[in-house]
Amino acid sequence: MQPNRSLRILTMSTGLLVLLSLYMIFFYAPREIIMGDVQRVFYYHVAAGWVGALAFLVTLIVSILYLVTNNVRWDQVAISSVEIGVVFTTMNIASGSIWARPIWNTWWTWDPRLTTATVMWLLYVAYLMLRQGLEDPERQRRFAGVYGIVAFVSVPFTFLAIRIWRTIHPVIIGSSDPAAEGQFDMTTRMRTTFFFSLFTFTVLYTTLLWHRIRIEGLASRVAIMKSRLWND
Amino acid sequence: MLDPTEHQLPKANFWRAVGTIAWKDLTAELRNKEIVSAMFIFSLLVILIFNFSLELDKSARENVAAGVLWVTFIFAATLGLNRTFAAEKDRGSLDGLLLAPIDRSALFFGKLLSTFVFILIVEIIVVPVFSVLYSISMFNPMFLLVLLLGTLGYTVVGTLLAAMAVHTRAREVMLPILLFPVAVPVVMAAVRASADILAGAKWGRVAGPINLVVVYDIILFAIAIMTFDYLIEE
Repeated sequence: MQPNRSLRILTMSTGLLVLLSLYMIFFYAPREIIMGDVQRVFYYHVAAGWVGALAFLVTLIVSILYLVTNNVRWDQVAISSVEIGVVFTTMNIASGSIWARPIWNTWWTWDPRLTTATVMWLLYVAYLMLRQGLEDPERQRRFAGVYGIVAFVSVPFTFLAIRIWRTIHPVIIGSSDPAAEGQFDMTTRMRTTFFFSLFTFTVLYTTLLWHRIRIEGLASRVAIMKSRLWND
Repeated sequence: MLDPTEHQLPKANFWRAVGTIAWKDLTAELRNKEIVSAMFIFSLLVILIFNFSLELDKSARENVAAGVLWVTFIFAATLGLNRTFAAEKDRGSLDGLLLAPIDRSALFFGKLLSTFVFILIVEIIVVPVFSVLYSISMFNPMFLLVLLLGTLGYTVVGTLLAAMAVHTRAREVMLPILLFPVAVPVVMAAVRASADILAGAKWGRVAGPINLVVVYDIILFAIAIMTFDYLIEE
């Protein structure tokens, strides 16, 4: 069971893109004048956060599609996307923490963005635990579909609820709060590197998702074969 | 797939079914007083533990009162929510309820109503006790409104997730794991509003958090109604 040709090509190009983006981050992008080299974590930090949010949005959409159509295919996308999303959200939080230590002088602060990211991470870990706790596969898919919807809806609320307190997280894209600590302006080279990282991570997400769905499909085929073997 | 037209009944029947289910739970509770008394004693224990673990003096007590009260209710309500469907499942009466010729969402509303009443009863007893123990006056209509709205939102999403958790392997453990992260916004906004009200803030200051609680209540309510059918066995 080899992956098909297009998946192999995609995997190899993703590898090249990651190498190229690493080169850009460390050699092409200039050193930030105040924060120094630690600022370079920013490129993958934002990209990982973006992929986390994208993965959970995809989960929401395919969860609804599963409940409406009852097609197992959508559920396979949902579980695959959640797993990838949790990994990237973990990367996002960890890299942010590494950056915060020298810049904010603390590993952690209960800022709206940080808290929202953590609650989001917990929601989808709960999603994975829910699936694990259910034995009947059909019920597992239905319940996961409902939780995939409920979880996504509560994320923006969490952000709003914590927004009642002031944020110190910098906003690089869009309107910025002058009180944010660690704020900086991007040069052209930085901007190129930044968008290239975003692009790389989006491609990386697609590749991983494809592989993961393929594994899910193989696993269900194995399960069918096994049950046939038992019945014969 | 469920066919929604299959069980379609006139409106009056729908609300009667809701009332019957809720009344059944309330009667059962009146006989054994299991859930309400457990929640009440548990609440007192949580308040006691907070008092010792935070070593509260007078000014500290005023600062943390809203938070302590909400955490107490969240924990106690989780106990009650766990029982809503678990009791039915253990007695095998959940199948009986599903066989009844009523709309599935009537089952949700009935369960929601009875659980909400149980939690409210506990709150009605605990709030005066709490205000004596922490010597803070809590008989403020705005505070009671926030308490009502926050509890409603928590119970709505809690009832939905309890219907899920009851089928999992470690159901008592699973409910808080599923529920707490989803309930973070309603709890945070309610704590914020309660703390401001107890500190004597005017409507202008607390309107934001209260609006958030109301919007959360409405949206989670809508989602619960739309998705509850999928949580019930066909």
